[in-house]
Order: sequence, then structure tokens, then C-alpha cells
Amino acid sequence: MTAAIEVENLRCEFRVHTGLMSAEKRVVAVDDVTFSVPAGSVLGIVGESGCGKSTLARLILGLLKPTAGTVLVDGKRLFDLDRKARARLIQPVFQDPFASLNPRRRIKDIVALPLAAQGTFSRGEIERRVGGILERVGLSAAMGERMPAQLSGGQRQRAAIARALVLEPRIVICDEPTSALDVSVQAQILNLLADLRRDLGLTYLFISHNLAVVEHVASEVAVMYLGRFVERNETDALFRKPRHPYTQALLESVLTPEPGKGVPDIGLGDAMPDPSNIPPGCRFNPRCRIAVERCRHEAPMPMARPPRGMVECHLA
Amino acid sequence: MSALLDVEELQVTFGRTAAVRGASFRVERGETHCLVGESGCGKSVTALAVMSLLARGGQRSAKKMSFAGTDLLSLSDREMARLRGNRMAMIFQEPMTSLNPAFTIGSQMAEVMTRHKGGSRAAALDRAAELMGRVGITAPGMRLGQFPHQLSGGLRQRVMIAMALMCDPELLIADEPTTALDVTVQAQILRLLAGLKRELGLSILLITHDLGIVARVADHVSVMYAGEVVERAPTAELFRAPQHPYTRGLLSCVPVPGRVQRDRPLGSIPGVVPAIGPGFAGCAFRSRCAHADETCARAIPRRRAGDAHDYLCRLEPDWAELQPA
Ligand SMILES: Nc1ncnc2c1ncn2[C@@H]1O[C@H](COP(=O)(O)OP(=O)(O)OP(=O)(O)O)[C@@H](O)[C@H]1O
Ligand SMILES: Nc1ncnc2c1ncn2[C@@H]1O[C@H](COP(=O)(O)OP(=O)(O)O)[C@@H](O)[C@H]1O
Ligand code: SF4
Ligand code: SF4
Ligand SMILES: [Mg+2]
Ligand SMILES: [Mg+2]
Repeated sequence: MTAAIEVENLRCEFRVHTGLMSAEKRVVAVDDVTFSVPAGSVLGIVGESGCGKSTLARLILGLLKPTAGTVLVDGKRLFDLDRKARARLIQPVFQDPFASLNPRRRIKDIVALPLAAQGTFSRGEIERRVGGILERVGLSAAMGERMPAQLSGGQRQRAAIARALVLEPRIVICDEPTSALDVSVQAQILNLLADLRRDLGLTYLFISHNLAVVEHVASEVAVMYLGRFVERNETDALFRKPRHPYTQALLESVLTPEPGKGVPDIGLGDAMPDPSNIPPGCRFNPRCRIAVERCRHEAPMPMARPPRGMVECHLA
Repeated sequence: MSALLDVEELQVTFGRTAAVRGASFRVERGETHCLVGESGCGKSVTALAVMSLLARGGQRSAKKMSFAGTDLLSLSDREMARLRGNRMAMIFQEPMTSLNPAFTIGSQMAEVMTRHKGGSRAAALDRAAELMGRVGITAPGMRLGQFPHQLSGGLRQRVMIAMALMCDPELLIADEPTTALDVTVQAQILRLLAGLKRELGLSILLITHDLGIVARVADHVSVMYAGEVVERAPTAELFRAPQHPYTRGLLSCVPVPGRVQRDRPLGSIPGVVPAIGPGFAGCAFRSRCAHADETCARAIPRRRAGDAHDYLCRLEPDWAELQPA
């Protein structure tokens, strides 16, 4: 079976000008990442703000050209496909459903757009499919007549999911799909995404900064730090036995609703990682609680860890 | 001893929007009180009403609003301005909105102090440096000369906390102070607040939508829904024996690491918060509540479930045990 997504040595650099006089800086947003996502599974990606999650999503969607490396989606190079074929294969769902829905069109027209853009569907067929997918994501026909501003945040995210699924793609890239939603609505959307995946046999790449959410939806989890996967494994294994010090710190910082436990001491410091200035050696060493001399000049290589994972740390 | 902040039946309207509809809560001295609820339920408006900082068009009324024995409702604007930033201070979700980008951190911190307490600028800068050390900022001397945009989000929030402490306030109101931060930084900031409370005897009104934060830092909790406080309880009791159907629903929606059952759906609350206009009567949760009946459209009693535990619902305490949801 071919993997749904196959990424090899993927790298993405941006050149940014920081000021009038200062020199151009090179931001390495994704730094030599390799992984694959089996069809029908969910790869969760977690990491702090700015670590490169959305950049990785845009690279996989073909919205951004990599500096180096390859992305195969369903065995094909996205850059070899035209936009229509790409849209039938892979679709995104983003964090802010308001920004991603055209404010001047009705919901049902927004959802119909990917079908219309294909140019191969009759008007009746489009109507039938839009009606079906709206119902599937829990929006009534009356909701379809409304404008985005007339829907709640959760309803807009349902509309965005309907638009992503109307072409029946095999793969969906979810970039923080519930981060802008309240917990009660987040739960509704997570349950919907889980149902859809099971019923339609979808593959998800699921990005979130909320570890509890990722644990709930993902079959495998990758932890990203300054553009690299520093640890990846099956979800249960990763949460039961986090190996990388950064994964451990992330897990410790999750405040579960358990009264009396207080707030843990993470001990990572405020030295926020800067992708235009990646430290030599292990990129995590300035914040690492257990760093040794070797960590300051030698970058750790990925090492396999059971059951089907990897970690990048000299001591893990 | 009476509560430090005592709010009874607070109402705030913006034209035809009823943003807060009879919220009552009390912050005791030396405790952290959490106001928790989903977006739009009126948490920020409640805090701003207490500080007399409501946006133009906001109308406030209350049966009672007292701070350390002072009746806030009868204070003039000038008297209120003297309290604000002095005996009661506030920090916000996005520190950039309350820091002036054109002035250095040091001059903004010193200004707070000289405005309220007088004294020299040099003395104020000394105090600023001392407090920056206290909130865990290394090399405070250098930071004092920097501008807000030169700091990371976590550092900026620490600066805001230090600035709020300049005049030794009795009450700190923190409106979602960690919502914009990464989880690791969030934990550090919350730890800092807990330490300040303990060491300085500070009282904190902490506003959040995150039940995990509530569980870990609050002494008492007020749960808000659609402008009302629907349940109040000591923290451990709220999590052990929640009474209001909304509180119970909210708790079931939170995915808890280590207790995940991936093949099972999360608990969820159907529907959305209704728009509440003037003249609305009865329980605002009834459009989403599995236990609603026709009596829920009438006046709802506030029921007692423990010494400091009450809730707004027609159901008797411990209905949950009789009738598992
Ligand atoms: N078009 C661009 N030009 C320059 N730098 C960019 C560009 N897009 C992203 N970056 C930088 O690349 C890094 C990774 O950004 P990315 O948006 O992928 O982060 P993220 O992990 O999605 O963060 P968040 O959790 O905040 O969404 C950041 O330092 C960002 O500022
Ligand atoms: N300046 C304003 N003008 C009109 N309505 C407002 C204003 N500020 C808040 N509201 C309304 O009051 C209600 C409560 O808002 P808020 O207190 O900000 O909620 P939250 O609980 O998310 O902090 C919302 O319906 C909001 O739209
Ligand atoms: S390689 Fe060293 S610095 Fe990096 S995570 Fe491991 S112990 Fe820490
Ligand atoms: S009063 Fe009625 S509708 Fe409101 S929470 Fe209680 S049972 Fe539900
Ligand atoms: Mg992002
Ligand atoms: Mg708010």
C-alpha cells in the first residue's frame, strides 16, 4: 500500500529583511524533515508557536515550494498535478473559519465552489452534493442560505469542513481546526472529524498546540521543535513514555482539570526559540534541563525507538 | 471578615445587548477566584465593570459592588482613577494592547508609580527593577531600557505583572493572562501568579475559559453562562460534585491526557449559546439542556449544594446521582 503522504528531506527557508540597514536574515522554518503517513491514519503534529507547523502544512498542500526535498501525496508529486487534480486529492481546514470563508457569499455557494471549479459537474449534481455534505457536517439547508457572518464559530468551521470534503478528497490537512473554538464546540467538531474519517476512510494530518486534543484524534504524533521532528511515535507510546526532554516538558505543561495538583515547574526558561538563529549542536540545548557538553556542539541524529518511532536526543 | 471584592447582581448592557445579567460573586482576601466560561459569556465585561473601564455605551448597575469596604458604585471618576492601578490592578490577554509601543518599559513602569504614589523617578525605576527580578526577568536593568516589541510574549506578560504590582495592589484582576501564550510559558506565568499570591498575600480575580487552569490555581470558582453566574463553589467541590447541567457538560468536553479513549466520542454540549435580548426570562441554558422542561422558562431558583456552593437551576442538588446524564 502506498503512503497517503510521503515527505523526504523536506526543507523550507525564508529570507526576511529585518530593517533598513540590517542584513537579510535566513529563517529556516522546516529543516530536513522526513516522514510518511499511512492511508487511513492520523498524524498529529504538536509544537510551540513558530516551530514550523503551518509551513509544513502549506508545503504538503503544494501552496509553498520547498527549498529542498520532496513531498509525495498518494504517490504523486503535487507540483506535477494541475490545481483541479490537486483539489480532488488533498484539502485543507484552517484555524480561523472566518478568514477562510468569503464574507460576501452564501454558505452553500462557498461549499459549491470547489465543485464548480472542476468544470465537470452539472448544476443538479452540484446541488445534490452540496446538500449531502452540508447535512453530513450537521448544517441545515437553511444554514446553507446564510452568509458566514450569520453563523457561529463552530458552524463556520462545519462549513469549512464541508467545503474541504465536497470533492471527496482522500487526505485532509487540519491546521489548528479547533483552536479558535470554545471547548463545548471544539468537542462537537472533534467528534465530527472523527466520524467523517471513519465513514469516509480519510487520512488526516492534524496540527494543534493542544496535546490533549492531539492525543484524542491522532494514531501517531510528531513533536516539532525549531523546524525538525525531535520525536515521533504511536500516540499511546509517546504519551506513556515521552523520551525527548522537550516532549516531556510539553506533556508536563498540560494542565489537566485535577484540583489540588498545582502548576508544575517546567524549568524551560523564557529563551524562546528563534528560527533565524538556530543554536549549534542540539537545537534544544539552551532550554534543555539535562544538556551535557556534547549537546552544545554535536547535533543528535534521529534514532529508531519502539514500537515505530524515532527520537533526536543524545540521551534519550 | 468581609470579602475583598463583593459583587451582587451586576448588570451591564450595551444598547440592546445584555452582556452581564445579574452576576454575583465574591473574592475573599488572599484567594484566587476564577471566573470561567466560554467566549462572549461576559467575563471581560464583568472585570471592566468592576474597574469602571467599560467601553462607551456600556451601562452598569448593581445591587452591591464593594472593594475593601469601599462602595465602588458611589465613587466619582477621579476617586476610581485613584484606586485603579493602585489598590486594584488589571492585566489583559494581549499585553501589547496595554503597553505603549513608543515608550520604554522602564518609563512606563515608573509612570504608574509616580502618578499614584509620587516620589522620584529614580526611586520608581529602582522599584521597577526589583519587581522585574521578582517576576523572573533576568537582567532587569537592560530590559528597562527596551521597548515592548523587543520582548517575547511571555516576557511581556511578566512585565505587565510587574507593572501591576508597582503600587502594591490588594487585588489583581487578570483577564485570560496566558491565553495567547504557549503551554510551557503559560505554566511558568501561572506558577508566578500563584507564588505572588502566597508571598504577597495578593487576591486574584482570574478570568479564563480553561478548566485546567481553574483546577490548578483557583480557590473558588464562579461559572458564567450567557451573562449569569450559574454556579459557585470551592474548586475541589466544583470538580467533584458539579451541579449545574452546563458545568457538568463543560467538564465532559475537556479531553484529558492519559484518560483518552480514542474510539469514543468526547462529551459535548449540543447547539450554541443563544442571543439574549432585553426581557429574556428563565434559564438561558434551556435551549441546550437535556433536562429542560416548561418550568425552565420561568424564574429559576438559586439552590444551595454546600456551604459555599450554589447554582441556578430548577433541579435539586445531586440530581445527577439520581439521573445520570
Ligand atoms: N512567508 C514567510 N516569510 C518569512 N517567514 C515566514 C513565512 N512564513 C512563516 N515564516 C516563519 O517561519 C517560522 C514557522 O512559521 P509557522 O507559521 O510554520 O509556525 P507554526 O508552527 O504554524 O506556529 P503557530 O503555532 O503560531 O501557528 C516562523 O518563524 C515564521 O515567522
Ligand atoms: N464594547 C462593547 N459594545 C457592545 N457589546 C459588547 C462590548 N463589549 C462586549 N460586548 C458584548 O458583551 C458580551 C460579553 O462579552 P465579553 O465580556 O467580552 O465576553 P468574554 O466572556 O468572552 O470575556 C458579548 O455578547 C459581547 O459581544
Ligand atoms: S541532545 Fe542534549 S540538549 Fe538535546 S535534548 Fe538531548 S539532552 Fe537535551
Ligand atoms: S433550569 Fe432547566 S434548562 Fe436550566 S439548567 Fe436547570 S434543568 Fe436545564
Ligand atoms: Mg500555525
Ligand atoms: Mg474576554
